[in-house]
Amino acid sequence: MSLDERRPAALEARGLEVAFRGRGGGGTAWAVDGVDLALGHGEIVALVGESGCGKTTLARALLGLQRPASGQVLVDGAPLGYRGKELKAYRRRAQLVLQDPTGALNPRHTVYEAVAEGLRVHGIVQDEEARVAEALSLAGLRPPERFYLRYPHELSGGQRQRVVIAGALVLKPDVIVADEPVSSLDASVRGEILALLLRLRDELGLSLLVVTHDLGLAWNIADRVAVMYLGRIVEQGPTEELLTHPRHPYTRALLSVVPEMQRLEPVVLAGEPPDPTNIPTGCRFHPRCPVVASGEAARLGIEERCRTGELEILTVSPQHTSACHLAINEGM
Amino acid sequence: MALLEFDDVSITYHSRGVDVPAVRGVTLSVAAGETLGIAGESGCGKSTLTSTVLRMQPKSATVTGEVRLNGRNVLTLPWGQVRALRWAEASMVFQGAMHALNPVQRVGDQLAEPLVLHNRVSASKAAVRVSELLEMVGLPARSARVYPHQLSGGQKQRVMIAMALACEPQLIVADEPTTALDVMVQAQVLDVLQGLVRELGVGLVFISHDLSVLSTTCDRIAVMYAGRVVEEGPAADVFDHPQHPYATALAGAFPRVGDTRYRYAPSGLPGDPPFPGDLPVGCPFHPRCPGAMDECRMAEPPLLQIGDRRSACLRVHSTGERS
Repeated sequence: MSLDERRPAALEARGLEVAFRGRGGGGTAWAVDGVDLALGHGEIVALVGESGCGKTTLARALLGLQRPASGQVLVDGAPLGYRGKELKAYRRRAQLVLQDPTGALNPRHTVYEAVAEGLRVHGIVQDEEARVAEALSLAGLRPPERFYLRYPHELSGGQRQRVVIAGALVLKPDVIVADEPVSSLDASVRGEILALLLRLRDELGLSLLVVTHDLGLAWNIADRVAVMYLGRIVEQGPTEELLTHPRHPYTRALLSVVPEMQRLEPVVLAGEPPDPTNIPTGCRFHPRCPVVASGEAARLGIEERCRTGELEILTVSPQHTSACHLAINEGM
Repeated sequence: MALLEFDDVSITYHSRGVDVPAVRGVTLSVAAGETLGIAGESGCGKSTLTSTVLRMQPKSATVTGEVRLNGRNVLTLPWGQVRALRWAEASMVFQGAMHALNPVQRVGDQLAEPLVLHNRVSASKAAVRVSELLEMVGLPARSARVYPHQLSGGQKQRVMIAMALACEPQLIVADEPTTALDVMVQAQVLDVLQGLVRELGVGLVFISHDLSVLSTTCDRIAVMYAGRVVEEGPAADVFDHPQHPYATALAGAFPRVGDTRYRYAPSGLPGDPPFPGDLPVGCPFHPRCPGAMDECRMAEPPLLQIGDRRSACLRVHSTGERS
């Protein structure tokens, strides 16, 4: 289920830029700084990166919750409109699932009300109960009637996240964007929710963009992985290829610190992701890049380009791209 | 003598006339320079257990057994001595530490507070020590001047670790210290903690629900379920070859990237952990256990030592006896 050349992507960002103006003379922060990313029909893409790399802002922009400064969001090949009516129609097709189900649910609303809310917002009055029941069953809460009158505090963390997912499913969307859908859940529940997301893709043909910093999650469910650093996708490709043969030094560093990857020598990058109000020249990763720091870039004669050369996204293989000067040297 | 010993510790909460046994008969120990990981999901009793080290369990809780720190039972010490050992002998890095800092006090002043209270040092000496502490956790000394909101999550977590180190304790209890952090910052924080164990020889109790994190940082891991230790052993063995089916489920929850068995096959455990006030008869894990037998529904299996591992599972016991 990879990207189909003949059919436009379910959701696509083209040259997308999102800026936040600084307060009190602070510089403008380019949270998303030129992103091209496509989500095919029935595809699961994991968008990974550190906190502050812009992945949540990108997700919000793709959902129309954030107006881009430039570039486009394409839905089934057509540009997303930002008038009230257009956005409302779009929100029936694209739904958001958030990290913390406890925060996402109103504690005074029953499960039924929480799931039916989307229908009511969109004025869908027919078969309300049948639709709610179907959504709850799809989300694995069976029999659904048993959950109608429950309140969030009576449910476990996993059940709450299922209610949130049911609330997204009730409008029969084509696309779900899930922002860290399992990071606040217990270990044993995590696998169950991920299995649910996989099943929704297989049974309903949903397209899923999963925003996460968890590479194990990507390995579990994603068809493709896009790695984001400081507002830009620095590497993307099919999950197996990207996670077992990463090309960008940033992806390599991320992988090396996953606790399960003990066979790799950990490359712990110092410091936090740099400031999006002050993006470095050349490759935006060069100040933290182990290849530059170790002098290997100098030996290969690309250090100057790393520091100053504007970087194109380079193709490693037909579906695998990496924004790194090293990729050319290795690839050619 | 071990630095910290939990000796048959049970903790019962009393809620609306109902007894809720949160911890049931836990025996564990940590030596100086050793790291013990405690794994388990929310409500398994891991935080309740470790709260007794500094006698921070709620007043309404009944605690039996002994919690010995350097041989003295913390549970029966006079309050004055408990106050003296808090921070100075044993300290804690709390879960969600980013919210534990005072937002309107400079980081340096917060770090100096335990020094002034416990060691009665002068303000200028405290300032020197604060710089040392910040450097120890990889923060520049000038961070002492900033307020918590000026720091990132990982930096705040490191400030909390620095605070726990302030009075040079022999034991640190870290309760989910990296849970809200992303992988790179988590790796930085884990580096700091491991360095402390190695260089200062402190004993560390590390609580997490992520077995993969524990396996890289700890010497031994204890897995808790429904208030009891159900498996305990050397960290790598517990993670790579878990024996108790619950430990197996926890180990599989965080897949190894590159392992084709987990590709498109997230592994989870159906059902939810039992409510401590209403535990199932027999092994409390049997309703969720893929290999439950009839005997498992009769009586709770004891925690038996086999080799250098302990396990509370009848299946493990029977294979252990045969071999």
